[in-house]
Amino acid sequence: MRDRAVRVVSTYFLPRDLHPVAWWVWALGIATAASRTTNPWLLASMLAVVGHVVVVRRGSEPWAMSFRLYVYLGAFIVVARVLFRVVFGGAEGPSIVLRLPEVPLPAWAAGIRLFGDVSAESLLGGLYDGLRLATMVICLGAANALANPKRLLKSMPSALYEVGTAVVVALSVFPQLAESVLRVNRARRLRGSTSTGRRALRSVVIPVLEDALDRSLRLAASMDSRGYGRAGDATPRQRATTGFFMVTGLVGLCVGIYGTLDATTPGYLGGPMLAGGLVIGMTGFALAGRRVQRTRYRPDRWHLAEVVTAGSGVLVAALVLTSGGADPAALNPSLLELSWPLLAWAPLAAVWIGLVPAFLSPPPVPPHDELDDVPDDRLPTHDHDRDDQPVGSRA
Amino acid sequence: MITLDAVSFWYHGQERPTLHEVDLTLEEGELVLLTGRTGAGKSTLLGTLNGLVPHFTGGHLQGRVTVAGVSTHERPPREFAHLVGVVGQDPLAGFVTDTVEDELAYGMEQLGVRADVMRRRVEETLDLLGIAELRRRALRTLSGGQQQRVAIGAVLTTHPQVLVLDEPTSALDPTAAEDVLATIARLVQDLGTTVVLAEHRMERVVPFADRMLFVDADGRVEVDEPAALLARTPIAPPIVRLGREVGWDPLPLSVRDARRRAGAVRERLEVAGAPVDPPASTAPPLLQASGVVVRYGPKVAVRGVDLVLRPGTVTALMGRNGSGKSSLLWAVQGSGPRQGGRVAIAGKDPKELSATRARELVGLVPQSAADLLYLETVGAECATGDVEAGAEPGTCATLLESIAPGVDHARHPRDLSEGQRLALVLALQLTAAPQVMLLDEPTRGLDYTAKATFVAVVRRLAAAGRAIVVASHDVEFVAQVADRAVVMAEGEIVSEGPTRDVLGGSPAFATQVAKILGAGWLTVDEVGAALGRTP
Repeated sequence: MRDRAVRVVSTYFLPRDLHPVAWWVWALGIATAASRTTNPWLLASMLAVVGHVVVVRRGSEPWAMSFRLYVYLGAFIVVARVLFRVVFGGAEGPSIVLRLPEVPLPAWAAGIRLFGDVSAESLLGGLYDGLRLATMVICLGAANALANPKRLLKSMPSALYEVGTAVVVALSVFPQLAESVLRVNRARRLRGSTSTGRRALRSVVIPVLEDALDRSLRLAASMDSRGYGRAGDATPRQRATTGFFMVTGLVGLCVGIYGTLDATTPGYLGGPMLAGGLVIGMTGFALAGRRVQRTRYRPDRWHLAEVVTAGSGVLVAALVLTSGGADPAALNPSLLELSWPLLAWAPLAAVWIGLVPAFLSPPPVPPHDELDDVPDDRLPTHDHDRDDQPVGSRA
Repeated sequence: MITLDAVSFWYHGQERPTLHEVDLTLEEGELVLLTGRTGAGKSTLLGTLNGLVPHFTGGHLQGRVTVAGVSTHERPPREFAHLVGVVGQDPLAGFVTDTVEDELAYGMEQLGVRADVMRRRVEETLDLLGIAELRRRALRTLSGGQQQRVAIGAVLTTHPQVLVLDEPTSALDPTAAEDVLATIARLVQDLGTTVVLAEHRMERVVPFADRMLFVDADGRVEVDEPAALLARTPIAPPIVRLGREVGWDPLPLSVRDARRRAGAVRERLEVAGAPVDPPASTAPPLLQASGVVVRYGPKVAVRGVDLVLRPGTVTALMGRNGSGKSSLLWAVQGSGPRQGGRVAIAGKDPKELSATRARELVGLVPQSAADLLYLETVGAECATGDVEAGAEPGTCATLLESIAPGVDHARHPRDLSEGQRLALVLALQLTAAPQVMLLDEPTRGLDYTAKATFVAVVRRLAAAGRAIVVASHDVEFVAQVADRAVVMAEGEIVSEGPTRDVLGGSPAFATQVAKILGAGWLTVDEVGAALGRTP
């Protein structure tokens, strides 16, 4: 027991990639909290927390660099929301800050207003609303930047393994297609075809598709001869049972969801159906997974650091939601009268819990070319120096 | 281990069988070398060994293939994954994952190998193939030779009893190919894996081969000892052709063997005198390029290269994969990027001309020649080619007929043989009547016979006063076709001069004949001609 504790402590901060699900749970937790508040202080601190963790804990892979795009998207959302209030007239509230001439619209467009008076309250409303949406989007971006999407697919339940592989393969097709298009387009110039229109399209599309088809056939042959989709020893009867469970479960789920969303359906079609479908579907899943004879190479394990990371996200969501129950005004500042939004300490403290992974998670593995070519005895000895460097300073 | 019992195979709609009554038993631990003309059914034969043929390709298989006692009729290929490992020509096309380590583990995951065993085998295989430092690299960023070694490793991890390799070196430069073949030889000698290998650089593997198979045009398969079979097959590496020419018996199979027996021949050749090349052309150059620079972002592909092409001269552009050969050709043609330097042909820079005008001055056949083809029949391609070039109708068809006689105009370009497809693209490019023709890796996928035909075509084009550039890492081909050779490395020219000086003077680029008889002799034909002059 003690040995185990020693092992956990001594290996805790060794560089490794955290389980992708841990990052997703963490990010979704903060996103959930963000969905419940329009308080700009809280939202801004969420953004700060998420941004800091991403900068400190992301690797150097291409998807890690995508975070910036999500930030741009977030900024765009905020600006768009505010502009909408100006264009489609936001005159709720007493303090008018901008008087624009109203564009008269025909009768059929009743209910829509173009320009006109703009109040500070409605501008602020747009800002808060946009900020909330932007924070949620940026949280998703953070998960995307921190978790290797391919490893995420790999940690799917084994019953879904084959679907996962198909998705991975499909994803790798796109860069290849782009490459083919570039190559063929360049080759077209060699034939002197500068034509545009249908014939040009054809001279690009046909070689590209032929190439893609060839490639996928060869890939399929390779996968087949390497054992993809081996039946193992499941009997047809077992397969039928699994299939029955899965389909019944899915039907139950669909009916259940419909029943929950549509208030006019009888009650027993809602919750109970949903629960029943879920149970049956999960049984099918478990059955299918048990029969899969596949194993995983170095699967991502769920260690203490994963629990800490995911737990911090869940805690943020739970604490912000409960504090909202106790004091709704702290989460959604009133827009009826113009005033500084109040800052309540309880939800703010809850949000800062989201910062825990920045300190209590292992750093990402450094890129291969930095270390792999160095013989072991010449590796830099002060590993801590490496940790303390802000990894994200590249961004 | 694997038994083929009277196996015949037809593709749908074909009258003649691709394989005809093949009987074969693969013993444990042997290396079997498979040869035959391109398109003779080598790949088909390899495909039958794990059931990819006919489960995957369609067609009709007669007879019985059994792997470890189970017929491939009864189970799909995936059920033989633990017994037969297959490596294809293009490793990149067969990769399922995207990093080296994952790829090595993929096969084992499918077979349900225990996690700790997987971990151990991945480490062992990384060391065995010498790719340990690549473990976390993305597969796409590896060089061709590294990719091929990873592909071999990826099937080795499942510990198959038979390893099937279909021309694993066809896309590699000489050094990378040697690496891969040396790896295979090591597997056979150290691990005792049964290996079935289709390979056209057979001289590297023949010394290790226990048996050799030859697939002839009718789909029949001859099986014999390598030395005995090589004495009579129509395709043979230069070393064997040299042995036949001077009447060695038994035939030497390795350069070392041949060298030890070449003493007498060398003396006779000394009497005959070394071959003399025609004097280098001094005609005014057709194309002059100076200081060509090509960069892709921070990466410099071509660093200020000068190139002078004279009429009637064939220039070979050599160097390892990624040394900037293709980039240089594309830049000179004007269709590729060029960040610096000047190119002048007939006083004009092709980059500043329209695509149509540029190809009238300088034509290029790219590495993947099929990229230029998009119509359903050869006839339609030729007709469009005439329109695109503004040439008389029928120009392209006539050119095609002179390059590759007898191509059926109703066929789909994809159904042509590798050599015919190359001829078609070459004819399309020649329709615009350029005086300078650039060929990027034209001999890929051509066997010895097809290559000899292509050499004649290129020489004829040059004799008509054109300047031709061939980028190639096939030294035997370069020795036969080129007057001058230019060797590139890291975007710079490292050596340049008459082919005989460049190839003979370097062990890496020496032809087999040069390795056996000394730097002055490059090809079997030269030796034959010289010996004919002496009694």
